[in-house]
Amino acid sequence: MSTPEIHVQRFARGSRVPGWDEAADLDKDPAGLPEPATTPVPDELRETIEAAMARYPDRHSAVIPALWAAQERYGWCSPEAVEQVACVLRATPAYVTAVATFYDMFEQRPVGRNHIFVCTNISCSLCGADELYAAFQDAAGEDADFNVRHFECLGACDIAPMASINGEYVGPLEPDDAQRVVDELRAGQKPLPEKWLRNRPYAGAAQS
Amino acid sequence: MTAPTAHLLFDNIDEPGLNTLAVYERRGGYDALRKALQMEPRDVVSELEASEIRGRGGAGFALGKKISFLPQGSMDKYLVCNADESEPGTFKDRELMQKSPHMLIEGIVIAAWAGGITQAFIYIRGEYLLQAEILEAAVVEARDAGYVGEQILGSEHTLELVVHRGAGAYICGEETALLDSLEGKRGNPRLKPPFPAVQGLYDGPTLINNVETLGTVPAILRMGGAEYAKLGVEGSTGTKLVSVSGNVRRPGNYEIALGTPSREIIYDLAGGPPEGRSIKCWFPGGSSAPVLKAEDLDLPYDFDTLAKAGSMLGSGAIIVVDDSVPILDVALKLARFYRHESCGKCSPCREGTNWTVKMLERIERGEATPMDLDIMASVQERIIGHCLCVLGDAMAMPIGSMIEKFRDELEAHIESARERADREALTGNGGPGGPALEPLPAGAEGH
Repeated sequence: MSTPEIHVQRFARGSRVPGWDEAADLDKDPAGLPEPATTPVPDELRETIEAAMARYPDRHSAVIPALWAAQERYGWCSPEAVEQVACVLRATPAYVTAVATFYDMFEQRPVGRNHIFVCTNISCSLCGADELYAAFQDAAGEDADFNVRHFECLGACDIAPMASINGEYVGPLEPDDAQRVVDELRAGQKPLPEKWLRNRPYAGAAQS
Repeated sequence: MTAPTAHLLFDNIDEPGLNTLAVYERRGGYDALRKALQMEPRDVVSELEASEIRGRGGAGFALGKKISFLPQGSMDKYLVCNADESEPGTFKDRELMQKSPHMLIEGIVIAAWAGGITQAFIYIRGEYLLQAEILEAAVVEARDAGYVGEQILGSEHTLELVVHRGAGAYICGEETALLDSLEGKRGNPRLKPPFPAVQGLYDGPTLINNVETLGTVPAILRMGGAEYAKLGVEGSTGTKLVSVSGNVRRPGNYEIALGTPSREIIYDLAGGPPEGRSIKCWFPGGSSAPVLKAEDLDLPYDFDTLAKAGSMLGSGAIIVVDDSVPILDVALKLARFYRHESCGKCSPCREGTNWTVKMLERIERGEATPMDLDIMASVQERIIGHCLCVLGDAMAMPIGSMIEKFRDELEAHIESARERADREALTGNGGPGGPALEPLPAGAEGH
């Protein structure tokens, strides 16, 4: 039997997030609304969140746009990011955390800045996505700059097997492409433009 | 060969710059909106009812009827466009939004006029970054041109339109979970009734429709509801965007008239399975639809026929599985997906998806007996209809259909996996996590 892996939350520079080894303190009151005077929020982030809040009849609707903005800035939904979002939204950190942990695209621990999401759902796996995912894992190896994840149906089964590489849909991919993608990302390039979904013509056009 | 495509939405969809207002207008874009604004809202509803168009998102509910359910009066009403397209195998809305975003916006503005709605949202899945950017840009263009905002084209119609990006959750494609998510909560489904048309977003009456449904509205207004109803077949009018994927040679979106034989879609358009392979089973409407077998290929592709055959048209996503793939692999892939995506609110779905995965894994490890298939089938029956939403059903229906239609193969799989496990126990190598079963050879029947 293998023992379950323990995930220690770490900051991008490698040090542990405080509190990772403390059990929950049941005597403590839950965190209330963050105090604006003592919660530093970068102006840019505050403006983005406030602009989002203004778009909805209820400010709580802005929690996903706010978390997107915070994740873009900090790389993941860190305790500080959640605190800042909660402060601007006038919600409790518990509320914001509850939302952040529900959605797959919000990262709960520090991750690499190159995101490779390999679709491994039914259509892609029928076309070899599991091999592709393994190839990406091998190619990225232990490099902390990479966030290789398998993802559930990304909605691009026409280019199966595919991956979302820093948000760009690329496919169909061969396992051999994985190393090239990783190398080009390391070199700061956008990989495989000839396989971008955005340039793919409508399949039915050729049939009429 | 006469091609069975029928282009209404995707006519010349690759025209360069169609995502910009200038090109869309040159092709007659927003003329349908002008026409609609000169009509009374109830006459617009009548046109939509006459078209008999059914929802393209999965449930197939008539659009005209849905709008007519909205209460009259001056309360805050909302329109939500469901662009969370996350049903495995479905990618039609993605192409529509990317290439012709104004078609969707025009449809939303018209539908809002028909329903007396002043605030609309497009809830687009978080993964569709490019499409969200394109939509945002298109909304800005439309607002600047006076198609969105206050007193649209000088009429009394006012509509605010917001593009809202989700963050990755299959469940948010379910309409009430989507509403919770849009309100800034975890995406948990709500108890129905009350239905969203009565009490939806922010407790106001809400019209929720799929991208393709709303994208068809301008075409219906342009040609007239009665004329639109001549397309397709009775009970399933119009054209449909079908996403074909899996083991086919030309995967992609194809726009067809409803009622086209399924075989023509899979073979003539999508090229059929790879050389030397035959079709083992196919999902006619996304991975939540019960599977059909090769002998069902001649069924016309429409709502009622597929329902009568024990499956559903769903989101219009055909996934083809060829004879090289063990059915257990398909079942396990699906069950794991639904286990991951179950929101956990209802026990039958939360536990049932988990049990199903565990039972399928037992088969793979060689620890199952044929009796497990009966237990698994009974678990599926106990999920269906017992939850707030249909996510659990979405696993239980296809898995149940696989147990029913491929029982022989699953029993053979159980037997061979047990033999392999016994052999490995004797020789002392392998065990749990040992080598996977070889794929079936070409042409082999599933026994």
